[in-house]
Amino acid sequence: MKTGRFFAWLAIAIGCIYFFVPLIGTFEFSLRARRGEYSFDAYQSVFADASFRETFGYSMLMALFTIIFGMLLVVPTAYWVRLRLPQMRPVVEFVTLMPLVIPAIVIVFGYLRMYNSSSILPMTGFESTTNILLVCSYITLSLPYMYRAVDTAMRTIDVRTLTEAAESLGASWTTILFKCIFPNVMGGVLSGAFITLAIVIGEFTMASLLGRPAFGPYLQLVGANKAYEPSALAVIAFAVTWLCMGLLQLVSRFNRAAPAKA
Amino acid sequence: MSTLSTSAVSPRAPLVSRKTLIDWLGIAPFTIFALLFLIVPTVYLMVGAFLTPEGTFTLKNIYDLFTPSIMDAYWISIKISVASSLGGALIGFFLAWAIVLGGLPGWIRNALLTFSGVASNFAGVPLAFAFLATLGRTGLVTVFLREWFGFNLYSTGFNLLSFFGLTITYMFFQIPLMLLILTPALDGLKKEWKEAAQILGATNATYWRMVAFPILWPSLLGTTLLLFANAFGAIATAYALTGSSLNIVPILLYAQIRGDVLHNANLGYALALGMIVITGVSNVIYILLRMRAERWQK
Repeated sequence: MKTGRFFAWLAIAIGCIYFFVPLIGTFEFSLRARRGEYSFDAYQSVFADASFRETFGYSMLMALFTIIFGMLLVVPTAYWVRLRLPQMRPVVEFVTLMPLVIPAIVIVFGYLRMYNSSSILPMTGFESTTNILLVCSYITLSLPYMYRAVDTAMRTIDVRTLTEAAESLGASWTTILFKCIFPNVMGGVLSGAFITLAIVIGEFTMASLLGRPAFGPYLQLVGANKAYEPSALAVIAFAVTWLCMGLLQLVSRFNRAAPAKA
Repeated sequence: MSTLSTSAVSPRAPLVSRKTLIDWLGIAPFTIFALLFLIVPTVYLMVGAFLTPEGTFTLKNIYDLFTPSIMDAYWISIKISVASSLGGALIGFFLAWAIVLGGLPGWIRNALLTFSGVASNFAGVPLAFAFLATLGRTGLVTVFLREWFGFNLYSTGFNLLSFFGLTITYMFFQIPLMLLILTPALDGLKKEWKEAAQILGATNATYWRMVAFPILWPSLLGTTLLLFANAFGAIATAYALTGSSLNIVPILLYAQIRGDVLHNANLGYALALGMIVITGVSNVIYILLRMRAERWQK
């Protein structure tokens, strides 16, 4: 057993070195902007850059739309499948997992061919419709995570009884959906939302090929042209991912605690 | 108008009852969304791979995939994906083993799992920046080795913008993913099995060879395949790291989408089809193995 514990510590030590050295390296590099001493100049230059704020704001906005419309699509579907079409569950689940199988670059390639300006639905022809297409592509990318989070949350509530109770009190379908179902799966909705935010905020492939001024393509551009700012941006991106995952953990811990109390 | 509608709907009970019709209408938004933004675009490319620019059936695009430059791209992509998934699987397995069975304090397990949740999502462009700042020509590790040990990493032929560099970078999100998926599988190894084996006189090695490994291998192999597909379709990290200097399939496809570098749109579709086939096959095997693995996790 002693040797087992030694190897366990060894594995952890090697893992820590592999994971922490790049993080330390990035942070150290981001401080090197001033010759001969450490400074936060790179961060200052990043935050002073107008296109940093614009692209970050744009990506945040797209993430927000993705979460809102994605949830409006996923929650009623998961609810309906559980209530009325249980035989369709494997099919719907399979479809939601497909974005993990088909690479993002292939999906966006399909969009560019199907929705180009000479097609029936010329979505890439105008800025506003391209934004809609981008949001749709992000919903597609986050479908596996959103659906799974919501479906797991729905497993813990009795959808049928809730619906019957609400119906017998005279609630309409919209009331049932927005006043009974949504609040009860809020934990799942929030978990899905945070992981979606983490995926969408720095997404590169979709935004770049659809030609939208998002944060991902901006990062790539800075990386190709500047020396120290990319490291500062990597540190910021890591912090944002960490924040999203931290909130996700918090929400899921809160969820697990909730049914036990009830 | 009224006569038309009464004659169209027969007075007898309709074939599809109203209730089932509403049932199916409930998932109509999802179905339409999936068709418009996932299934039809993909099928469109897959069909296009078998068409000439004029729209007649051909196998020439598939045949043209087997030209040296495209085969090279597939080959490098497969090599990087295999190396990073095997490396990620191996290290991820040992880390999962360490936190589940290594007898370490519980806080290490929690910390590592939380960190893995973050690191498995820390991909894309920023990951490339992190490794450039670490192992690039002026990166922390490169400078450290040169100034303290007089060891020039780049004189050994190492280059971050290469097969080896990309593999090491991809492992940053591969290892955590393996760890996250494999930890529950290792948790599922029951203490009783080990005790039973020991009572029957098995050594630790025999227990692993005869009991634990046969139970774990579907999870191990399945997750490795998932990591493979994960690396195979990734583009942002590679693109930010190497520009277009490394000839891997996603980057070739990216260049093709932007500027038709292959001078044949339908060959581009065939390139995409090849990617779908490779990630599709590895995912199907993953799902099959996963079903096999879950027999033991009840």
